[in-house]
Amino acid sequence: MNHRAFTHLDALESEAVHIMREVAAECANPVLLFSGGKDSVVLLRLAEKAFRPGRFPFPLMHIDTGHNFPEVIEFRDYRAKELGERLIVRSMEDSIQRGRVVLRSENQSRNPFQSITLLDAIAEFGFDACIGGARRDEEKARAKERIFSFRDEFGQWDPKNQRPELWSLFNTRTHPGENIRVFPISNWTELDVWEYIGRERLEVPSIYFAHQREVIPRNSGLLPVSSLVQPGADEHVESMMVRFRTVGDMSCTCPVASQASNVEEIIAETVLTRITERGATRMDDQTSEASMELRKREGYF
Amino acid sequence: MSVVENVGLDRAELLRFITAGSVDDGKSTLIGRLLHDSKSIFEDQLSSIAHTSSKRGMEKVDLSLLTDGLQAEREQGITIDVAYRYFTTPKRKFIIADTPGHEQYTRNMVTGASTANLAIILIDARKGVLTQSRRHAFLASLVGIPHLVVAVNKMDLVDYSQEVFERICADFAAFAQRLGLRSIDYIPMSALLGDMVVERGDRLDWYSGKPLLELLETIDIEHDLNTKDFRFPVQWVCRPQTEALHDFRGYMGRIESGVVRKGDAVTVLPSGLTSHIKEILFYNDALESAFAPQSVTLTIEDHLDISRGDMLVNSGKPPRTIREFDAMLCWLSESGFDPRRKYIVKHTTRMVKGLIARIDYRVDVNTMNHEMTDTLSMNDIARVGMKVQLPLVVDTYVNSHGTGCFILIDEITNNTVAAGMICDSED
Repeated sequence: MNHRAFTHLDALESEAVHIMREVAAECANPVLLFSGGKDSVVLLRLAEKAFRPGRFPFPLMHIDTGHNFPEVIEFRDYRAKELGERLIVRSMEDSIQRGRVVLRSENQSRNPFQSITLLDAIAEFGFDACIGGARRDEEKARAKERIFSFRDEFGQWDPKNQRPELWSLFNTRTHPGENIRVFPISNWTELDVWEYIGRERLEVPSIYFAHQREVIPRNSGLLPVSSLVQPGADEHVESMMVRFRTVGDMSCTCPVASQASNVEEIIAETVLTRITERGATRMDDQTSEASMELRKREGYF
Repeated sequence: MSVVENVGLDRAELLRFITAGSVDDGKSTLIGRLLHDSKSIFEDQLSSIAHTSSKRGMEKVDLSLLTDGLQAEREQGITIDVAYRYFTTPKRKFIIADTPGHEQYTRNMVTGASTANLAIILIDARKGVLTQSRRHAFLASLVGIPHLVVAVNKMDLVDYSQEVFERICADFAAFAQRLGLRSIDYIPMSALLGDMVVERGDRLDWYSGKPLLELLETIDIEHDLNTKDFRFPVQWVCRPQTEALHDFRGYMGRIESGVVRKGDAVTVLPSGLTSHIKEILFYNDALESAFAPQSVTLTIEDHLDISRGDMLVNSGKPPRTIREFDAMLCWLSESGFDPRRKYIVKHTTRMVKGLIARIDYRVDVNTMNHEMTDTLSMNDIARVGMKVQLPLVVDTYVNSHGTGCFILIDEITNNTVAAGMICDSED
């Protein structure tokens, strides 16, 4: 039998497309979470591969913390428009206005509170499945998560009460009020994502590429100067070439020093890097050994 | 639209494997060693486990901490069945399904093994082939993992004795033969000291085979695929109904086994209607042929009524369309089998109501003996007779995993309670 070569990216892609089609076929009212970040950019291409020449059988949704990088928001709107798919935006600002979220200070990280706005939006639209771009290699709590991750009426993840997942037979059944988080790129690593972006020639927000930026060295990271982050009395601002490995809340997402100006150079750096994606870039995951696990149990992704 | 004849192999294939063994066999140490010596551990991970090691009063960094559990597991003394880990070498990308090794072992191993190309069975060189080694081999054969690697670990504690290694190999081989396991490799190693994991080391010079990582990088997995029997369960029917694509009907799904080419004659089951493949599409590509496990969109020459749950197959050895079948069942749920209850059977892209009509026997996974029973509880493996409300299109699991496996879902709790593998009624 003379097969054409089937690369690891082909295998991961086929698996993810299969997962998306299962969601579309079995869930009554799914939604795809699109933030403009690189993982969700990959999800959109996978959705195109799964459903074109048809339209997506679900809308896109973004939970806007109000702390997002402007380049990413601009890209989010541009990409949704280019695809001609419906984009729902629900903002944490509204949750704050309505008293659902109470912040201690304006500039604190809004990551932990995303869950509230997300759960409200799920209830508002009656979504029974949310497709997200989380990957198991990101964090140890994620390593133990299912591809179809069941959440109870309170949106909570109960690590000891997960449904066994065998072969690719996914149990998508829910009772009213419950929902499932679906992670089609669970088995992808940061390197796989960049190789796929390269292979598919996908556009990503400009801040993923090296650019000159003012940063404050703090703890072991570089915090980007913004309206939310200003240097303290004993801190100094440096201007240097950096890129972001993840794009999250502006108050706690750190860039890394880099000269990589295109996808090939990012892939080369990713192969060589000795620090995990979250270890290098997320100050909020370093507060305790189990911070991601705890946030997930409260309804976070 | 571009026509694709060939896609170059830009990088390695994907190999999924499972590690079977208990903490005492050095399983966590082996995984830690594989990740560490293949330079797949990041500095922040290493500094985190170094910190934990010293907090726990250990002198050296304990690599087994890399596979340490979640806070919820530590607090509640529970273990989550499977954790997945990833590493890549210039030759292949690897996915490890790491399953904890105690009481719930059967359920965990079956879950992790269901997608594995290969299983590493760890044996402590001091202890030889134990009951649990036989259990692991039995489960690997039950789930049909094509390749086994028997890792005889802790060779440093038996003076790297060739004689000890060979005796263990002979014991295991005698047992494995009875199970019909064919592809087995044996490697002596010390995961703790790193001999024969990634590096050869210089203490096992009498061993002429490959070290573990080299074996994982080179083992042939392509020929494990069934290339004869084309099986395509329809997942989703694409009907854009736009002006340009008014009559377009694309059948979307993943090829579970075999190959399909443009122009092939196909039969739609369970209806039995026939047609020919008109196009094989994937996004902007029109393909000449496609094979398992590709996800594609197929169009056919005739206008037939086809929907999700139907299966396109080629002529040749057809699957059976049946309402009763025999299966090996692994009970997964903490609540046992209730003969008064009906369950939902999910098989390929079909969900139907079903019941367990008959339990022939339960297998004692330690002795392989058959026992009579009328109950099933978590971790039980049993041969059963199933009845379903509407016909399913099935192969035996041995012939095609994707069209021979199913899960049972409790209709009331919605939990996945069992996993089944369809077998020949005569077996």
